[in-house]
Amino acid sequence: MSYSISVNGEVREFDVDGDTPLLWVLRDVLGLTGTKYGCGIAFCGACTVHVNGAAKRSCVMPVSSIGTAEVRTIEALHETPEGKALQQAWRELDVVQCGYCQPGQLMSAAGLLAENPRPSDKDIDAVMDGNICRCGTYVRIRAGIARASGLISSAGKKAKSGAST
Amino acid sequence: MSWRNGDSAPLSRRKFLGVSLVAAGGLLLGFTVGGRTWAQEAPATPPVPVPPPKPNAFVKIAPGGRITLVIPYVEMGQGVYTSQVQLLAEELEVDPATVAFEAAPPDDALYANPLIGEQVTGGSTALRAQWISVRQAGAAAREMLIEAAARRWKVPAAGLKAENGRIIETASGRSIGYGEVAREASGLPVPKSPALKAPEKFRFVGKPTKRVDTPAKINGSAIFGIDVRPPGVRYALVAACPVFNGKLASVDDREAMKIKGVRQVVKIEDAVAVVADHTWAARKGLAALKIKWNEGANARLTTADLVAGADAAMDRDGLVFMHEGDVNKAESGAAGRFRADFRQPILAHAAMEPLSCTVHVKPDSCEVWLGSQVLARAHRAAAEAAGLPPNKVVMHNYYLGGGFGRRLEIDYVPQAVKIAKQVEGPVKVTWSREEDMQHDYYRYLNHSRVTVGLDSAGRPVSWRHRVVGPNIMERFLPILNKDGIDLDVVECAHGPYDIPNVLIEFTRNEPPKGLGAGNWRGVGPTRNVYVVESVIEELAYRAGQDPVAYRLAMMARQPRPRAALELAAAKAGWGKSLPKRSGRGAAVFSGFGSHLGFVAEVNVEPSGHVRVDRVVCAVDTGFVVNPDVVRAQMEGGIIFGISAALYGKITVANGRIREGNFDTYPVLRMHEAPRIEVHIVPSSEEPGGAGEPGTCGAIAAVANAVSAATGKRLLSLPVDFAQLKEV
Repeated sequence: MSYSISVNGEVREFDVDGDTPLLWVLRDVLGLTGTKYGCGIAFCGACTVHVNGAAKRSCVMPVSSIGTAEVRTIEALHETPEGKALQQAWRELDVVQCGYCQPGQLMSAAGLLAENPRPSDKDIDAVMDGNICRCGTYVRIRAGIARASGLISSAGKKAKSGAST
Repeated sequence: MSWRNGDSAPLSRRKFLGVSLVAAGGLLLGFTVGGRTWAQEAPATPPVPVPPPKPNAFVKIAPGGRITLVIPYVEMGQGVYTSQVQLLAEELEVDPATVAFEAAPPDDALYANPLIGEQVTGGSTALRAQWISVRQAGAAAREMLIEAAARRWKVPAAGLKAENGRIIETASGRSIGYGEVAREASGLPVPKSPALKAPEKFRFVGKPTKRVDTPAKINGSAIFGIDVRPPGVRYALVAACPVFNGKLASVDDREAMKIKGVRQVVKIEDAVAVVADHTWAARKGLAALKIKWNEGANARLTTADLVAGADAAMDRDGLVFMHEGDVNKAESGAAGRFRADFRQPILAHAAMEPLSCTVHVKPDSCEVWLGSQVLARAHRAAAEAAGLPPNKVVMHNYYLGGGFGRRLEIDYVPQAVKIAKQVEGPVKVTWSREEDMQHDYYRYLNHSRVTVGLDSAGRPVSWRHRVVGPNIMERFLPILNKDGIDLDVVECAHGPYDIPNVLIEFTRNEPPKGLGAGNWRGVGPTRNVYVVESVIEELAYRAGQDPVAYRLAMMARQPRPRAALELAAAKAGWGKSLPKRSGRGAAVFSGFGSHLGFVAEVNVEPSGHVRVDRVVCAVDTGFVVNPDVVRAQMEGGIIFGISAALYGKITVANGRIREGNFDTYPVLRMHEAPRIEVHIVPSSEEPGGAGEPGTCGAIAAVANAVSAATGKRLLSLPVDFAQLKEV
């Protein structure tokens, strides 16, 4: 059946069965390979994307359930303030190793910061537990989220002080 | 990151250089292992054959000054692209940020790892292999550029220096860019022994340098093998016989072919694949197949059978790897004796990127896209499966979504080629996570029997270790199979201790045919350091001594590991009191050319579940090219080791692997990740490996910490939480 969904601000049309997970539509049909396949059962988080701003596991999300929701993938993460801050923090701290899980890590972290700009370690655990990294970059992911949180709040302060003068 | 591997004659080195030189139009420099043989060729002059030409990387300088390093070692997270770029840029006197890099094509003759003898990225060898050779390439290019400028200006080269991509005349201050003299430089003789910079003059090497692969890996643009999409590609999922060594009997594909998007069902001897418009259709198609397997001899096999086999092997005499002193005599005269048997499970690699290989078989050629740690082997295997001469096979390598030893195997390459031979156009053959976990080249069962003779103070006078495991090197790297002994599996079978009588023997115990045994992060040392360090801590407790002090007293002649252990213990606050059911454990060893000390701190919850709170690691890995990469590798290796220590276990029932995904083969997650502190011991010795030792040390130190917290010695892994339940 024919579907039309909004991905990274662009309406994309394609013809697949409705039970096809968003992951495979993104990767194989639309060519957005930044979103990764890791387990297929929502256990590793490599496939995380944003659906209406919330982090979701695209490997278990049937395309028929998307409707008019906005899908954002790693390819457009930099367009959000959280994404931008996280990517800067990831560069500063050199978080990545093999890098395969990192799109999912970043999308989960961006979802977290959008909801909770100053997460505690427990908050980070609760959200980031869903994302496996076999290279073991957890220590730096945690530090990266903290750093990005700091970048966002200092950007917010600057914007405020800018507005008041 | 792709190349053409010659489309006419077999790729000769000269040809490759010539082609690249025309393309680059400037200087292209080949260099060899240890810098003994050098070659450079210019388009204007006939190439000079230099036997035996075995360059292992290249420096290219284009007329515009753009510098490119061709890197024979593959990037799987270990930072090898970054460190190679640093070394080259340092000697070339350019900022690493201005240097481009590209992956080398498959060619053992050109790109053999000098420590291994073929084009392999593994064993924590890349940096050790290139520490001198990459720098020599950079230094030679620098000297040739200076000489070219000297000739152009008709001044002595001694008055010139290289700096930030330009040759500068010190007296006058005039300068010229590398690119402007690259062509002239390429016609000059290559210096036989170019002067390497003294380490105290390093500007980039030894300093934290940003990874060159970070930008692409945080915006979705990095291409891994599984991401490749050549035009017209179809997507296939494969199911191999779930029983090791079983074969395909028959397939009823009527239901599968009705599924939208399914194009074709392909059968090969031991597997079936569904080819479709996208992976999900292939997955549904695979699920709809009615497959009959000839399960063969392994159909009833269980874990218990395999463990019983390894246990039986523990009672068999092995081949003697080393015997120092006289262990029999020392044991008979000893005041006491300690003996323990250790059992370690089968482990999967479970890299985040499942295996995948994309192949386009054409009438008289073949193109392959993948991620491999052994490119030249993969290339040969693809050619053989395609029935084509190697020069008709073009291979493209991409980022590896984790290796850990799995991508040292090439099984998925000929399989994909065999499938692709039956498919019109390119086909991407992907293994599901389950397929990846159930058809691994596992770390096989490792059992050990250690017998220690003790003096009256409880100190070892003899060390006997019977190592029971498969001989992987016989198949994988025969130069490391010496008279039937796998030289890797006995690595670190005794610790860095001054024990006068040592006997190490290897008793071979292979898995049944079809159950692959391969290399796993940390290889031999990972299986042995846990055993050795468990015994040592147990002996210390039995002797009523502090485990760190007990070790140090035996390390008078081992200054480097001794210093590492002392540093780790000091930083960890060794000896300070801890809450009930918390404990500290230590580990020390020398391996991969590095020397390491570890202290782990754990808490054992009332349920018996173990939480690792903190790991302190001191690493002497010789001269450190990029301290941040060393830290990252230690952090990652430690996490990898903790996953194995707490959870890693592959089991077998009815000849099948029971675990299939991260629900049944759990790995460490964010909330379980300990604080990790890495302390680097300053050293000017040759660089050692950093990718693997973290795993070895973490398993040993965590096991010891659990014992310290509970009083129970862990003689098998993974940790059995039920046994540690508070009563």
